[in-house]
Amino acid sequence: MKRIVIVGGGVGGTLVANLIARKLQQHIRGGQVTVTVVDEGGQHVYQPGFMYIAMGSEVAEDLVRPEWTLLDSEVRLEVGRVQRINEADQLVELEDGSRLHYDQLVLAPGARILPQEIEHFEAEAHHFYGPDAAQRLRNALDAFTGGRIVIGIASMPYKCPPAPLEVAFLIEDELRHRGLRDKAEIHFCSPIGRAFTIESVSEMATPILEDRGIELHTFFNVETIDADRRVITSLEGEEMGYDLLILVPPHKGQQFLIDSGLAPAPGGWLPTDRHTLQVGGRPNVYALGDATDLPLSKAGSTAHFEAPVVAERVAAAIQGIEPDARLGNYTGKVMCFFEVGDGKGTLLQFDYDHPPRPPRPNRLWHLGKIVFNKTYWHTVPRGRV
Amino acid sequence: MTAIAPSATVTRVIDARGSYCPGPLMELIRAIRETEVGDIIAVQSSDSGSRVDIPKWVEKAGHRLVRIANADGYDEIVVEKRR
Repeated sequence: MKRIVIVGGGVGGTLVANLIARKLQQHIRGGQVTVTVVDEGGQHVYQPGFMYIAMGSEVAEDLVRPEWTLLDSEVRLEVGRVQRINEADQLVELEDGSRLHYDQLVLAPGARILPQEIEHFEAEAHHFYGPDAAQRLRNALDAFTGGRIVIGIASMPYKCPPAPLEVAFLIEDELRHRGLRDKAEIHFCSPIGRAFTIESVSEMATPILEDRGIELHTFFNVETIDADRRVITSLEGEEMGYDLLILVPPHKGQQFLIDSGLAPAPGGWLPTDRHTLQVGGRPNVYALGDATDLPLSKAGSTAHFEAPVVAERVAAAIQGIEPDARLGNYTGKVMCFFEVGDGKGTLLQFDYDHPPRPPRPNRLWHLGKIVFNKTYWHTVPRGRV
Repeated sequence: MTAIAPSATVTRVIDARGSYCPGPLMELIRAIRETEVGDIIAVQSSDSGSRVDIPKWVEKAGHRLVRIANADGYDEIVVEKRR
């Protein structure tokens, strides 16, 4: 009996499980292989929808479905919180005391959101990295009648790199349509020397920021929040006052990965081979999605394109054969939509060797994103796209 | 090509080779947050963009660029934390 354990029931974990079940169907039915997904809550959450809660076009209930409804019937689901990976005995140990033996381990537990790491964050700042926080931001935007909106990033890396810029564009659009634009200033604080990490995307976005009157502040790494003065300060020594503050909170990898010696503190990101997706040279441990230390977007799309590589390699290892050289090699492929407001969007498609060349924003790519979001449940987790 | 001699003054070395812009800069920023004033940090980067964006950030943030040296396939950018 060979046991495959997948930690995490997000995009990456769910898709890997279903692809492996498809590849090893006969082995599973014959009782030679088991595939188990371990997920903390047993619920699959479509996180890209959070931003749309904040923008008023999505509700939290539509972004969650039971994980078991998305898994192949050959895949087992274990609901529980992982406490430790015991490498010596090849065990995944859960907080409730149960243990799962693995021969092949796939780590897709996502990232942690830690607003509490910045003092006064939770009282003063808004974000859109969870359904409740996104709804609070929506409420704050509904109550907004004018003033200075500051959008910034507390630390890198963070999930969905385009999201802060998208939020800036969408809020500017909303304020214009509500007749409040001339009563509002919008400031966008970038931690690096341009608007976006990827230069070609930055070149696309910067003129739009200028056109919309959104002021760009570069090299602004948010360090502290002064709640009394309603001012944020940067590591670079600058200050900026705000009336409405929207900050991407600090992100880290999962604590159990640090505690298990698999990921270094303090970040907790798994050292992952950029092509094989193996963790730290271990032949039977793989990582995908937000948990890796790869220099790529932490986004569902990344996990989506990593999953077939992990599935190919794990299935080959179980069968005692070499993985297909092409299918088992991750090339860094990522593809995602990028909203720019005014009902328009563009598409970012890139890999390790080819930076994105975003097409001129148009209505098609905006509609593409909306359709993708709505059809996600029937496509990505099941491996249909 | 200039060989990089080990320096007794460097208190922390960050190997960011293989990481693309702005990865090496963000690694430096993380190190600046974790170290003390007066520490000397060496960032090794194989991304040519680091030669531009790291000195720009160092100037804005009020630290001191100690040197930039080129080795076999990577740059070493040395920075002193000043505040």
